[in-house]
This record gives sequence, structure tokens and C-alpha cells, in this order.
Amino acid sequence: MQSTQSLFENLRKDFPILQRTVRDNKPLVYLDNASTTQKPNQVIDSISNYYQNHNANIHRAVYALAEESTEVYEAARDKIANFINIKNRQELIFVRGTTEAINLVAYAWGRPFIKEGDIIVTTEYEHHSNIVPWQLLTQEKGAKLEYIGMDDNGELILDDLDKYLATGKVKLVTFSLMSNVLGTISDVEKIIEKCKAVGVLTLIDGAQAVPHMKVDIEKLGCDFFAFSGHKMLGPTGIGVLWVRKSVLETMSPFHGGGDMIREVHKYETTWNDLPYKFEAGTPNIADVVGFGAAIDYLTKIGMDNVRAHEIELTKYALEKLSEVKGLHIYGTKDISKRGGVISFNFADVHPHDVAQIVDGEGVAIRSGHHCAQVLMERLNVAATSRASFYIYNTKEEIDVLINSLNKVAKVFKL
Amino acid sequence: MSNADIYHEMIVDYSRNPVNYGKIEDHDVTFHDSNPLCGDSIDIDLKIADNKVTDIKFHGKGCAICMACSSVLTEITKGKNLEEVRKIEKNDILSELGLEHLQAVRIKCALLSLKVLKSALYTYLADHLDDSQDIDKLKEDAASLY
Repeated sequence: MQSTQSLFENLRKDFPILQRTVRDNKPLVYLDNASTTQKPNQVIDSISNYYQNHNANIHRAVYALAEESTEVYEAARDKIANFINIKNRQELIFVRGTTEAINLVAYAWGRPFIKEGDIIVTTEYEHHSNIVPWQLLTQEKGAKLEYIGMDDNGELILDDLDKYLATGKVKLVTFSLMSNVLGTISDVEKIIEKCKAVGVLTLIDGAQAVPHMKVDIEKLGCDFFAFSGHKMLGPTGIGVLWVRKSVLETMSPFHGGGDMIREVHKYETTWNDLPYKFEAGTPNIADVVGFGAAIDYLTKIGMDNVRAHEIELTKYALEKLSEVKGLHIYGTKDISKRGGVISFNFADVHPHDVAQIVDGEGVAIRSGHHCAQVLMERLNVAATSRASFYIYNTKEEIDVLINSLNKVAKVFKL
Repeated sequence: MSNADIYHEMIVDYSRNPVNYGKIEDHDVTFHDSNPLCGDSIDIDLKIADNKVTDIKFHGKGCAICMACSSVLTEITKGKNLEEVRKIEKNDILSELGLEHLQAVRIKCALLSLKVLKSALYTYLADHLDDSQDIDKLKEDAASLY
């Protein structure tokens, strides 16, 4: 058996894009994994193979291809369910991504159940996809949206949650398991315990967490859970919404159309069984298959190994970045409370300028508000630079980042 | 042109020490806009007398490119009559800073302040003139900047 170190060294060859160069022949150093990850051959090939050999619409026709297509689509559902310990496959709905998943909940659960005066609680470090759908819903219903604040260490202030729960008006608490800007891992056990004690439903945005650590839905005890395939080696345009069955059964449909129906008459329709009631229209079959291949890939590595690798990289990066004069890192330094996402600002240089100069050295980092303007306001900055890691990143690549930051210092005379 | 070459002396200096930075409390018109993709945000205040821009100041948050272009824009604009301001084009700004070949994703950083200036101008004209054709033309100009 190969050591975990050689496992991580060897897997780079599975990613064709990592072999290319950018900007005057510089090797690509891809550090924007919180945004989207690169895809291994195993995922790319599974999609080609599907189109080359099995393509047909699912759940309808009786011929061989349709049967195969349905089989590979449903097999991916089982793989994903197994990956995050979903016991009942009927609770796993395929959507375009985390954004669509949360909008589905806001529409299909929120519209029937949220009334005037109700409160929905989110947090200051959410992605816009876990803020805007709730603004739309609460504005429409005359309900209120409240925020759990964040302390200067980048951790949630759970006293705020107590305060809102004490009003007796909270219907949903929605939060990300890991912040896409600070990498903070939320104290999920405490939040869910508090909500459960007063019978309040919880939604977890798992987009940043599922790709990077072992997640067990049963153990978490939330009611809604959303994540995306493309942040975990899978293709874009495919994600998952999980809803506890007792809640899912009370929800109205989201999109109306084919496949979500049992019987359609001129003026009334009855709904298909779960989860198909929420999967209207021809789904993104090929990318579901690709997502399944990504799950196979990660399962083979083991999520505990993934987490250990990223802790190693993050530790190293935090150490090296701390040595860069004038560089300010946001969020907690406690490695057990954060993932491999590091946001920083470099003296008075704007993040776009930082990103542009390091790009000249082949380093892809993100700059901007990271779809988290509420958090930017809280940090009192317009933007940050962000480096985020995944299984194929190496310490040598972090050294390249550090060297390219020295170039920034030179240009801006820091 | 390599990425770092964009950041020549002038850009870095302007970004550190922007010209005409601040507010005009008794402005005749003010306008704000931001770049939804990157969060750059610029306000421009204008003082207008006898159909001329007698004073202009800008403030906001942005990258070095955005700040340098805003500075240059205010320098170009000050003292011009409104017809001349209207005729300011993107290349007037970009060429001043040697940014003619700026990559597409950064063009918005460079031209945000020009968009804000044109929008301020049509806001002013809308309040002070009644030739709606003029205003539509200006709106078009501003919208077609990038």
C-alpha cells in the first residue's frame, strides 16, 4: 500500500489541466479551489463515456439505452447518499448547485410556511446564496431576516442565536458549515442542539465543507443540507439538496413539468413520489454521472486523508504568509476550526492588483468580495485576496505564491 | 505586456496619492456606481458654473487601476465645458496611463469612474435641460462604455 504522501504526489497526473502552463510558460498554480476545483480524467472520461455509450432520457422509455441511462443516474444518487450517510435515497434531490438548492427550500418550504412576523436567522459570514433567497422570502411575507454576528476571530457569536430563539418567532436557522471566505468551520453541534431544543428547523450550506472533510448527515441532525459537485472534482451545474423526509413530505413542488407528476388532468395534477416530485424536466444526467465519478475518486482517497492533507497545507501556508511583512490574514489561526481557505490583504494594495501580479507568475488566486458582501462590511474591507487549497496542491506551490507576493511588494514598493 | 508591467510608476503613485480625492459638500450633482463583479465603488461630485465643470472630486474604494484612472479622469475633466466632458472617451483615459491593451476583466476597473462621470452629467442635464434626446444619447454613451 502506498503511503498517503505518495498518494497525494501521484494524483496530480490525473488532472490534465495541472500539466499546462499559463502566462509566458509559467506552470499553473491553481489556488482558487473554494470557487471551483479542477477535474480528474476519471470524471472527464465518465462524462464522455456516458455520451458515447449510454445517452438516452431517463425514467421513461423501455429500450436498452434508456434502461442503462436510468441505471447510471440512479447509481450516482446511491453513491452520493452513501458518501455523506443519507439513509433514505428518497431524500436526495438533484439540483443545479447549492444556490438552486437553497432557492428551492425558500420557495417550496418557505412560501407555504413562513408568515408575517416570523424570523429566519442566517449569519454574517454567509455566501450571497444563503442571504438573498431569504431576503426575497422575508420581504414577500413581511417576515424578518436576522444575523448571527461574527467575532474578530471569524467565529460566530452564538449568544445572538440564543437571543433570536428566545423570541419564539424563529422558523429556520440557516448557516454554512464552513465559510467560503475565512474557512471558519461553524460550531454545528451547538447550533443544532440549541435549535432542536426549541423545535426550530436548520439548513446547512455544505458547499465548502463536503469537498474537504467527512460529513455525516445522520450525525449532524439538521433538516436541510445543500452542496455542489463542482467544488469537489465534479462537473459544474450539478448539486444536491437533502431534506429530512418528514419535512420534505410537507413541501410544495418547486418547478412544475415532466417527471415530477403522477397524473395530469386539465385542471389538477398529482405529484410523483419523492425525490422525483422535486426533479422536474430532463435532469443533468451526464453531470450526475460525472459527480458520481468524483465521489468514487474522493472515496478512494478517503476524506480523512483529504482533511489531513489540507491541514498540513494550511498550516504551512499560514506560517509562510505570516512571515510576509504587511500581510494581514483574516479569521482564526486555530487549525482545528478552519479549512484550507485563507483570506488576506497585503498592506494597502488592492486585492485585484495582488491577484493580477501573482497571475503573472502563474498563480491563480481569487480577489474580490467572494459573494460575501455582508462579511466584507463586517470586516470593513472592500475586498480580500483568497487562496484556497485542494488535494492536488503542494507546499512547493505555496512557495510559488509567497515568491509572487514578493513581486507585489516590489512593484508597490512595500 | 506582462501582468506586472501594468503597474508602472504612474499607476502606483496615483493609487497611493490620488488626485482630486474627496467630496464637494455643495456639489451641483453627485453620482455613485459600483462594479458588481469586484465591488469597486466610486462617487463623483461636480461643481458646475456657466456650463463648465469648475470643480470635481471623487471618492470610493478600488484597485490601483481604478484609482489611477479616476485621478486622471478628474484632471482631464476639470475646467472643461459640458459638451467637452460629454466627448471624453475611454481611450482618453487609457492612453494617458498606457493601458490601451488592458485585459478585458480589468477594463471595468479602469472605466468605472468614466461611467460615473457620464451618469453624473446626464443626471445634471436631466435636471437643467429639457432636450430629452441629449439625455438619451448620454445614457447610451455611459451604457456602452464597457
